[in-house]
Amino acid sequence: MVVGVFISFKALTQLYLAQWRDAPWAGLANYRIAVDFNAAVGQALLHSFVVTCAFTALAVGLSWLFGTAAAILAQDRFRGRGVLRAVFLTPYALPVYASVITWAFMFQYDNGLINHVLHDELGVTSRPTFWLLGDNSFIALVTVSVWRNWPFAFLVVMAGLQAIPRELYEASAIDGAGVWQQIRRVTMPSLRPINQVLVLVLFLWTFNDFTTPYVLFGNASPQPADVISVHIYQASFLTWNFGEGSAMSVLLLLFLLLVTGAYLIVTSRRRRHA
Amino acid sequence: MRLHRTFALAAAAIATAVAMAGCGGGSTGTTSSSGSSGSTTITYWASDQGSSIADDYTVLSPELAKFQKQTGIKVKLEVIGWADLLNRILAATTSGQGPDVVNIGNTWSASLQATGALLPWTGQNFSSIGGESRFVSSALGSTGAGGKPPTAVPLYSLAYALYYNKALFRQAGIAGPPATWAELAADGKKLTHGGVYGLAIEGASIPENIHHAFVFAKQHGCDFFDSSGHPTFTMPGCVQGVQQFVNLMGADKIVNPADAQYDQNQSVSDFASGKAAMLMWQAAGSNLKAHGMSPGQYGIAPVPVQSGAPGQGTSVDSMVAGINIAIFKNSRNLAAAEKFVKFMTSDGEQMVLSSKYGSIPPISSALQSPQFATPELSVLRNVLSTSAAPLPQVPGESQFEQLVGTAIKNLFADAAAGHPVSAQTVQQQLASAQQQMSG
Repeated sequence: MVVGVFISFKALTQLYLAQWRDAPWAGLANYRIAVDFNAAVGQALLHSFVVTCAFTALAVGLSWLFGTAAAILAQDRFRGRGVLRAVFLTPYALPVYASVITWAFMFQYDNGLINHVLHDELGVTSRPTFWLLGDNSFIALVTVSVWRNWPFAFLVVMAGLQAIPRELYEASAIDGAGVWQQIRRVTMPSLRPINQVLVLVLFLWTFNDFTTPYVLFGNASPQPADVISVHIYQASFLTWNFGEGSAMSVLLLLFLLLVTGAYLIVTSRRRRHA
Repeated sequence: MRLHRTFALAAAAIATAVAMAGCGGGSTGTTSSSGSSGSTTITYWASDQGSSIADDYTVLSPELAKFQKQTGIKVKLEVIGWADLLNRILAATTSGQGPDVVNIGNTWSASLQATGALLPWTGQNFSSIGGESRFVSSALGSTGAGGKPPTAVPLYSLAYALYYNKALFRQAGIAGPPATWAELAADGKKLTHGGVYGLAIEGASIPENIHHAFVFAKQHGCDFFDSSGHPTFTMPGCVQGVQQFVNLMGADKIVNPADAQYDQNQSVSDFASGKAAMLMWQAAGSNLKAHGMSPGQYGIAPVPVQSGAPGQGTSVDSMVAGINIAIFKNSRNLAAAEKFVKFMTSDGEQMVLSSKYGSIPPISSALQSPQFATPELSVLRNVLSTSAAPLPQVPGESQFEQLVGTAIKNLFADAAAGHPVSAQTVQQQLASAQQQMSG
């Protein structure tokens, strides 16, 4: 990381790759280029940042929602609960590359499973849909990310639920609370410390996720799904401008530090006041 | 207390974000060669030229054994897939821990030359491998920026040709292959029906997009770079060329919209299975054979031009495709490495390797051999010697490939979705790519 920060102040292009320590100092030039939103590089970075924020918000929100809902539903004992829990955890247990490439096959335009079901079998769409190109690529990316991450939310919330004393539910039931009220007044407040960590971890994983978009879209992500991790990779490894790529990485690191710090301060204050 | 707590939180935030930010470096290269107990060992990174990496080991191993028998120099071979090769070379360049000899895509020549990591082939170095005059001039044109000694020498040459399905052409009543783009579009429309399309392309493949866009732009008089190496992506000829290429799908509708997401040679299998009647590819013969298509089922012709016959200038119909071989400058076994390059570019080895890989030898004397007079290789040989041009030999070439290749991928996505691809749309995409080059 220290080397990364060091490189971000250097004009490290292909001309200096062999003697990269001798690359001339660029001062803040790489940063200026990265945040000059009137020029193409800055505009592309800003676009990528906005796409990543939207992607992260949706993917984390949905993963948390599905994970929590499934954990609450699977809390009571019923026949086959163990099997169901194991099935729910499968996406998390599969190797990332193998599972994402399977999704890429399923999203194929002409022979993918999803178009086969939606178009050929059910007739929902009038023509096959491009899932890995154009605007739909964003939907594809969110879908795969949620599919991968919700089992983690499920696992963590499920563990958190075990720690809530049954008496609390019994007492609230005696007081006349329905299921929704129990979830709102008992479950959620008890899960707060768990959720605090869970959302933070999901946020950081999703924001930085490289494998999912890279395996789905390859070297060149479509613009609507041009998330920042792949964008920075392109800015450095594919165009050989490591100085600029490092400056973007440092900006990303600062942003994540800021968000993480602010998040921890706000949530811990709220917990103290609670 | 509060201060401690805030400090602890800040520390936790830093630790978490640093752990998660994942700003790691590239992979490290393999260790450099070493001489041991009097015998020299050199390391050679070969590119994947066969039907698989295992196939490359099968082809190369006996040749390396032959070299060891002749010279006593042992060659440690590593075959690296195309997806990883450039990154491995970059990692080796930065770390100084690389192989002695490496294969490179010839379009990377000028970019890698600019890194200063590869041995320049000065007159003296060239004479150690038999002199510059042994090599075919079109192949030599793709070994680095003009005015500087090249940092790689040609190893295998390739060129693009138009492959067409004879049976589908007969059924559509088309007598022979198209010679101009207007003819190709007209023939393509006759061939496109009932799930069969006139032409298959690899719309999401960045290298394929660049190779074709380069030819189309050339035919409209645009080079993508001016003589001083500055990008000229938005010149009218480049815009027209890219638009004409994308409109094979968008306006002419002779390309399956599904091709917009092809980047794994699916177009070759579509052609082999009769789903497409034409294909523009580099030496596709062995690839088509692997897909069950015999040489009798397809014909080969030069890629079309705007009018007239293929030639130089605006009648260029292929890039000079191929593989070069280079030596890392910091190799501790330069003499052994030069001997190995001499061996690999010798007439005898060129005959063996080119026939096994289906490529054309870039060595003038080997090229005359009757074994390269098959219908396919005759066309490719002729294209290479008369109507092929090297991609721009400028340091920014790899950046150009990535940025313009991605822009064309996006344009194909538009065309596939049914959006019209106007000159203005193309201009905007290319302008954005050009600004990022300059940035």
